[in-house]
Amino acid sequence: MPAADDLALYIHWPFCLKKCPYCDFNSHVRDDVDADAWQAALLADMRHEHALTGGRRVGSIFFGGGTPSLMPPALAGALIEQAQRLWGLAPNAEITLEANPTSYEAGKFAAFRSAGVNRVSLGVQSLHDEALAFLGREHSATEAMAAVESAQGLFGRVTFDLIYARPGQNAGAWEAELARALAFGTEHLSLYQLTIEPGTGFAGAVARGRLHPMDPDEAADLFVQTQEQTRAAGLPAYEISNHARPGAESHHNLTYWRYRDYAGVGPGAHGRRGGMATIRHKKPEAFLRRVGEIGHGMAEERALGREEQLSEALLMGLRLAEGLDLAALAARFDTTADALVDAGRAAFYADLGFVEREGDRLTITPQGMPLLDALLAELVPAHLVAA
Amino acid sequence: MTDLSKIRNFSIIAHIDHGKSTLADRLIQLTGGLTEREMSEQLLDNMDIERERGITIKAQTVRLNYTASDGETYQLNLMDTPGHVDFAYEVSRSLAACEGALLVVDAAQGVEAQTLANVYQSIEHDHEILPVINKIDLPAAEPERVAEEIEEIVGIQATGTWANGGAVLTSAKSGIGVEDVLEAIVARIPPPTGDRDAPLTASLVDSWYDPYLGVVILVRVIDGVLKKGLNVKFMQGGTQHLIDRVGAFTPKRVDLTEIGPGEIGFITAQIKEVEQARVGDTITTVKNGATKALPGYREPQPVVFCGLFPVDAADFDKLRESIARLRLNDASFTFETESSAALGFGFRCGFLGLLHLEIIQERLSREYDLDLITTAPSVVYRIHLGKSKTEDAKVIELHNPADYPDPNRIEMIEEPWIKAVIYTPDEYLGSILKLCQDRRGIQTDLTYVGGRAQVTYELPLNEVVFDFYDRLKSISRGYASFDYEQIGLREGDLVKMNILVNNEPVDALSLIVHRGVAEERGRGMCERLKDLIPRHLFKIPIQAAIGGKVIARETIAALRKDVTAKCYGGDISRKKKLLEKQKKGKARMREYGNVSIPQEAFIAALRMGEE
Repeated sequence: MPAADDLALYIHWPFCLKKCPYCDFNSHVRDDVDADAWQAALLADMRHEHALTGGRRVGSIFFGGGTPSLMPPALAGALIEQAQRLWGLAPNAEITLEANPTSYEAGKFAAFRSAGVNRVSLGVQSLHDEALAFLGREHSATEAMAAVESAQGLFGRVTFDLIYARPGQNAGAWEAELARALAFGTEHLSLYQLTIEPGTGFAGAVARGRLHPMDPDEAADLFVQTQEQTRAAGLPAYEISNHARPGAESHHNLTYWRYRDYAGVGPGAHGRRGGMATIRHKKPEAFLRRVGEIGHGMAEERALGREEQLSEALLMGLRLAEGLDLAALAARFDTTADALVDAGRAAFYADLGFVEREGDRLTITPQGMPLLDALLAELVPAHLVAA
Repeated sequence: MTDLSKIRNFSIIAHIDHGKSTLADRLIQLTGGLTEREMSEQLLDNMDIERERGITIKAQTVRLNYTASDGETYQLNLMDTPGHVDFAYEVSRSLAACEGALLVVDAAQGVEAQTLANVYQSIEHDHEILPVINKIDLPAAEPERVAEEIEEIVGIQATGTWANGGAVLTSAKSGIGVEDVLEAIVARIPPPTGDRDAPLTASLVDSWYDPYLGVVILVRVIDGVLKKGLNVKFMQGGTQHLIDRVGAFTPKRVDLTEIGPGEIGFITAQIKEVEQARVGDTITTVKNGATKALPGYREPQPVVFCGLFPVDAADFDKLRESIARLRLNDASFTFETESSAALGFGFRCGFLGLLHLEIIQERLSREYDLDLITTAPSVVYRIHLGKSKTEDAKVIELHNPADYPDPNRIEMIEEPWIKAVIYTPDEYLGSILKLCQDRRGIQTDLTYVGGRAQVTYELPLNEVVFDFYDRLKSISRGYASFDYEQIGLREGDLVKMNILVNNEPVDALSLIVHRGVAEERGRGMCERLKDLIPRHLFKIPIQAAIGGKVIARETIAALRKDVTAKCYGGDISRKKKLLEKQKKGKARMREYGNVSIPQEAFIAALRMGEE
């Protein structure tokens, strides 16, 4: 595990071969990507972050996207090497690459391994070809399974994503699909219920009445089933959608959820460091231009108020099965534990079995997790939320 | 002073869209009341709400000076009357100030049944009715057929040239025939009568508050003369005032030296509140005044009550100030402080009718920028209470279901009834009869006029007070019209129905219903509340109960899923916005126990829907 004051470094690669209909991430399709120009720009953008966070060690690096497995491995290597040189990396620093499970990308795994990547996160999304076609994916189920196996041979740490609660999916089919996924024996799985995000292809299809999302009550049943099945397989949920063998949690993502500092580099990347919220220009061309002009791609850098930081820490921290140490959080922000949570509401929802309060630790129970957004609106006191 | 023979006072009767406002604008334009530049569309309706709804709330009057073909200059007073049943009394006072009326009929559409009510009212005031067939340049215009229709349905001459007693043919939009209208007014509407030397009697036609002048009073002088500096008294109100200004609207305000018999104009007298200048009052001089007031005065009587509460409790003072300011201009609504367990502090307000309620509510939210919760409208019940240990038998008036007395003491409850006259194309008659039956109506008359029907029902006001008019409009696709008058109190088998949300009674949702329909109403309310109240983290029983007896029940299932599936470093800001939105949403709801009820629900729960 990284130390609490280690910095997490997120690097965004904004390009995809095509846009998937469920995805609202900052991804762009371009015919030509000038790898040299991007390498230079991302290196420069990283140096800017370093200039503001010098003296700290990097505990994890995460290449997200977009599709960072489309990067030349040497580019990833140059970025890792520079991070090492600027900040220094913690021993066993977790360096994750998001990858598409196509045969082409699987062919580059060894090179990424040599470049320093030690964990891959594969966007498998489903083990059924029809579902993959529905989700607009480029790969087949066979290809994806081969990619998982290939990754397992090369990297010590492998995780993959599945999207469930798809329209028409029934409990039995999902149980079988999840069982096959668990059979790969990866240390980690991310299991996301399909969410229709504004501005995506699916949102348009829903608006036109061509797509009918699963009924939320049915989706809730699948959620419960997923918790039981993964726990039984030794991969319990440690976050709402993330499952791991104990000790194999994503160090990098835990940084977000524990609300520790992270620097975000590359188009559209967000950061939280030293009480500042940062965001880079989203459009690749705008990002490149700004880096050329001023040496970094920052679009906005804003000091967060104490209340804002506390509400962020609560909404992130309560996603974790480990819960939140209110006293420790209060100490970090020079306030009292009582000011962080509406105690009356916490007691009311504890009686309903959604919340547990043990001393200073506040935990959302497995029953409460699928209701977290509603619970947050109840628990987080109004004075922490901007009106 | 203007010679009585040179004065004409008239109003305009027209179905909506038949061209009343356009014709009025043309008359003003042609007589030089305003220059082209000063004309704005539909001058007479000067409040936003009036324009939007196409109705007139305050009586407006315009004095036009017209030099007729006989070479004489005439003073024409055009009185625009309020156009809704809620203001029937105000209409009657405006009509009483006139000697004639223009009946404007669309040359393509012919006589609409509901204009008949207005025509008859005008005839009751002995008015000379001058038919005007408008929009004659429309391709579908059939002026001859419409003229015959007027003769047949209204029973006044309309065929032949206007000079021979027929209708004036116009297109107000194109300016055709407007001059003829003016000539016909002069030729056919009788001049007023009056005696300049008799003691002053002037009818108070309307009053409104002007921020610069104070209360402005519209008057029609019957006998005598109104002048600046005169000490007058309001015979019904009992107050005395010194007139500091007399004038008229052309439609611009102009000051005059006097208003003589037969003339219509305005006065101001340092009056601060319209309540002191009540419509229908008689104005006379303090010295040597008239001894007998003009007939027809009535105290304004609110018939519909509801609670108005600020969504944000901090706005209570603002609401109080706004209501007080509105009342400066409208003495016909009443208000008193009310406190509700659920809604906090607000006001119980009384209105002349439903439209009046809506207008006040809309003005508060629009002109004073207030976010309001309106509780279910209620009528005034008269409850006869028996003797208790500490009190004698007595009769109370109930304005608010929350004040419902101990049922054991109630011996009898009376509720107000109305006589409703509905005009409708006969294809919708079946559905309208069903609606009236469902609302405990008793049919007393049904007649057919051409392809239209006129049906008269006696209905309990509490069945009409909510959404009856909306339902009527919806089942008749907007074609049916509705006119009503109160016909007194009748005994009713009425009970108080409580609505319990999560086992707690919600005072703002309680209402008085007839026992025979209580179960159906209760079921409807529970069903609607089930849709109106969002799912919570626990299941919520919703019950309708009379006393301790539950008569209807629904359950809102507990929410099962509400979670953001993916939330990483870049998603924090979005998630935080979501949390802010949720919190804001909650702030717009009212909490009962642990249940948040959206403010719209308090009114929407009562809509009786399509049954």
